[in-house]
Formats: sequence, structure tokens, C-alpha cells
Amino acid sequence: MSNPMPPTLLPCGDCALVLQLGETVDAAINARIIALAAALETAVESGAMAGVQDIVPTYRSLLVRYDPEIIRGAALGQNLLDLAAQPMRNEGTGRRWRVPCLYGGTVGQDLDELAGMKGLSRDELIAIHSGTDYRVYMIGFAPGFAYLGGQPEILHTPRLPKPRQNIARGAIGIGGQQGNINSVAGPSGWRFLGWTPVRSFDPMRAEPFLFRAGDRIRFYPISDAEAQALDARSAAGEMIIAPEVAA
Amino acid sequence: MSLEILSAGPMLSVQDAGRFGLRHMGVSPAGPIDRAAMALANVLVGNDPAAAALEFAGPAGSFRCTRPLRVAVAGADCPIRIDKRVVHAGESHRLNPGETLTIGLPDGVTWAYLALSGGIAIDPVLGSRATHLRSGLGGVEGRALRAGDRLPLGQDLPDAPCLRPASRLSGAHPFAESGPIRLILGPQDSSFAPDVIARLTEGTFTITAQRDRMGMVLGGTTLPAASGHDIVSDGTVPGSVQVPGSGMPLVLLAESQTTGGYPKIATVASVDLARLAQQPVGAEVRFAVIAAQQGEDLWIDRQSRLRRILSALVPKAEGVLRSDYLLSCDLVGGIFDPDEVTRPVMPATTRIPTEQPG
Repeated sequence: MSNPMPPTLLPCGDCALVLQLGETVDAAINARIIALAAALETAVESGAMAGVQDIVPTYRSLLVRYDPEIIRGAALGQNLLDLAAQPMRNEGTGRRWRVPCLYGGTVGQDLDELAGMKGLSRDELIAIHSGTDYRVYMIGFAPGFAYLGGQPEILHTPRLPKPRQNIARGAIGIGGQQGNINSVAGPSGWRFLGWTPVRSFDPMRAEPFLFRAGDRIRFYPISDAEAQALDARSAAGEMIIAPEVAA
Repeated sequence: MSLEILSAGPMLSVQDAGRFGLRHMGVSPAGPIDRAAMALANVLVGNDPAAAALEFAGPAGSFRCTRPLRVAVAGADCPIRIDKRVVHAGESHRLNPGETLTIGLPDGVTWAYLALSGGIAIDPVLGSRATHLRSGLGGVEGRALRAGDRLPLGQDLPDAPCLRPASRLSGAHPFAESGPIRLILGPQDSSFAPDVIARLTEGTFTITAQRDRMGMVLGGTTLPAASGHDIVSDGTVPGSVQVPGSGMPLVLLAESQTTGGYPKIATVASVDLARLAQQPVGAEVRFAVIAAQQGEDLWIDRQSRLRRILSALVPKAEGVLRSDYLLSCDLVGGIFDPDEVTRPVMPATTRIPTEQPG
């Protein structure tokens, strides 16, 4: 873990600012970003930051959209730098999810090839992938799409040279050093080793989004029959998993 | 109480102001590509500027309603007919049950809007009726509209007048501007060498056919990044000028991804983003760099100008003889000036009450 760079403001047009803490994928930088996003959200909720419209934590920076009719970028930028100078606890959201995963099969089409590339048996690969705590570094790209960090180095795998056109919702994959859980069906150049019946995004559910940046995630293997049963409950709009919340 | 779509052009979708406050969950707002144009269409039919209306690129299609409506097209001059009658964009018209409204190709621009009095009253998804085509969210099943779709409409004041702007607007749009598209450098302008930054303002860019509601690819001038075209993903906004490995800039619009892994050389000024997005394929554009603070000043001024235009709409002289009006006239006992009989129909809410509470 490296120490974050001094916070830097970057211009992002006339309705947004970027507060950047680094330029690399780094757990400490990301944890600091997520803590800053939470502190800013608290300030907005208390009415102290009128004009702030969106707070988007990413791997290494915080994007803040504002309404210049209410607050000017220069004033908001100073507020952000002041906030970033305050000490804060970088502990994430304190939520940990256990996510069921059907390894292999149609969606996890790359499982055997990945095992072969790594010189592992299928079971060894599953044991490594499900034996790790991941952290949600960022929600982005598509609604509810979770980028996972903390992947063991042996699982790091380059993306496919040519993306596939239709990867299922719930596909669990690896792209470079990152992991993911597909929230909606779509094209992807990542390699996929499993599928979860958990719907990380369902606009019709009372809680449309499951994961937030800063959550921790651990996968556990399930059978095909278990996956089908859970999928039926998911399809009916049920939240089939709940997070453990640290006291 | 619905609007029937008899035929639909290739890109016809329900939009409202958009789905805000969900960027951190990966949801970009959608909503209109040209916000001011949609606001004008809505206010012309008596709606809130943010009411759900129809956005189209290419011919809109043909429509029929089951109750009397006021309709308005804004954003572009278009061929518009109600049955055989030719009517104009930039003002509202009455569409009676059984009549067919037909709207052709926007003239000289890309995006235009059809608003209907009462607004489109489909169920909101995540707080908005706007269609996000890329995510399949909102609107009708998250998709572009097609023949046979029926859209429920909201409450309307049937007696309210048809409106027009106080003075004629060029191109049925609140703003007519020319000159270079202004932009603000950053956040990743440092990924580009000074001569490439110079190319941004010295070069001519062309609008390519690779465009949709997510973004538009510009040709004509390439912008290679000195430090490569992959960055650790960070946040994007509508107007972000991303530069992927091709060197061809991609300007993000209403349905952009919320995060991206390409360096962003600049961000189009809010005041000019719709003007850029409205350019037709093949058009040439140039850019000029301004400071963020100047962009804010221009935007604040633009918003107050828009509010002034929208609050200065006036009733049209419709020449409609309404039965309640005729009954109130002494048609037998006197001679009336024709202008008097065909005066604008005033909205019910502004009529002088006949009784005063005691």
C-alpha cells in the first residue's frame, strides 16, 4: 500500500470537479476516496454543501457534479480541499456480502481455460477465487456494475483481444487485475468463471442496487440446483442475500 | 386518454429531465440531448419544462390521440401536418381525436422534440420516465418506440390556449448561436503533448455517423495521447471529450457511461453541448478553449435567458369559435368585430369568476 498523493483538483467542465488522490489502482487511495465521498455526502445531507448534485467515487478520484447557479466551482473546490485535509477513518462501508457462485457452466465458460493457463485444477482455481475477500472499488460503467479489487495475483488475466457481444447478467469475471459481477447483460472482453443468481441491479426492487463502493464481497460455490432455486427467488424480486454489517 | 403511435421513425423515445443523483450507482441521467429545446416544446403546450415528451432523430412518425390535445414540436423546423393541414414547429397546435399528426425530418439539425399537453404519464423507473436505451431503463420497456405503442397522457386543461413565443425563434429553438464550440481543458489534458492540445483548437473536426444518445465520434483531426490511451477509470460527465486509442475524440452525451478508462482531453462547455450534439453528420466544427469560470458565467446567463423566453410565451390567435364563448355573445342584438369573435381562447384558470365568495 502506498501513501495517497496530496489531493489535486482537476477541472471537469463547468458543472463538475475531480478531486484526485492518485493515478493507480491502490487499496489505500481507494479507501481514502470512499471515506471522502461519505464525508461529503454527510455534509450535503446536513445542508452544508448546497448545489452539489452527484458524488461519484472511483478508483482514485472523486467526481463532484454541481449546479453553478447555486455554488461556483472555485468555492466548491476549496471546500473539497478543506474536507480532504481533515482526518477521517478509511474503513469502507463496514458491509460484507457472501455471494453464491455457480462455477463453470454456460456463463462461466472460461473456467477450464483459466485453470489451464494458471496450471491449476478446476477445484484449486475455485478454492482460490472463493477463498478471498474482495473490495468493491467502484460502481460504474453500467447500473450497479461492481469493480472488485483484491484479486490474488495468480488470478490476474489479460482481457480477451476481441470482446464477446453478449455476456449474461450475473456473470462473474476477471479483467486484468480486477474482478467483477455483471449487473446487466452486455458486451465484455473479460474472462468469466462463474455466474450468480444474485441480481446486483433490479430497477423494480425496493432496493434497486445491492453493492456500494467500499463493500467487501466473498464468493461461495453452489450447485446448479441451488443456483436455479435462488434464481427463481431473484426473479420474483426477492433480495436473496443480505450483508453482514460490522458493529 | 392516450397517444397512439401509428408509425415511428428510427429513433423516437420518451424523455423527461432525466434520472439524477444515481451516477455513483452507475446510472447516467439520460433525458434530452437538447434540454432547452425540450423545455420549449413542453412549455408551449402548458407543461412543466421537465415533463415527459418525445425525442426524435430522423422522421418522428405519425400519431393519433383519444382526446383533444395541444401539441408542439421544438428544436428544429420540421415538416408537420395535422391530417392535410400544414402547421409549423415552435408553436402549439390543437390535435383533435381522430386527426393524424405526422412529423418529418428535423431540418438541418439532429434532435427535435414533440410535447403533448398533460405530458406522457407512463410509470417512472428510478424516479424518471426518461428512456435509457443503452441500459434498457425507463420509457416503454427501456426501448425506442414503435408502431402500435400507446402512451398514457397526464391531466390537461382542455380550455388552455395554444402558445407561441413573443417573437419568432429561428429554427424553433430558444437559442441560435454560431462560432466555435467552447470547451474547458482537462481533467487529463496533461496526457497530451502541447502540439496535440494546439491541434484541438486549430484543427477542424467533422461529425461522423458514429453517434447515438451515448456519444458522438468526431473525425477530421486525431488527438494521440503521449502517455497512452488507457487510464485507471475515473468519472465522466456529459460533454467529456474522451480519446480512445484511435485518436478520434468521443464526446459523451446523455446516456454516457458514468466512468471511463480513456483520457479526457477536455469537457465541452455546458452552454455549447447541445449545439454540438445538434450538428448533422458531415458538419465541420471547431473548438475554442475557455476557463471553467467563464463556462459557469455563460451557463448561468443561458439559464436565465431560457427562463425569460419560456415565461414570455403568448396565446395564439386561434380563430376557434368555442360554443361557450358564442353563447356568451349577443349574436342577435349587435354586430361584432371579427377580431373580437376570434380572439384567443383564454385559459380557464385566468377567466374572471362570475361569483365572488361572500
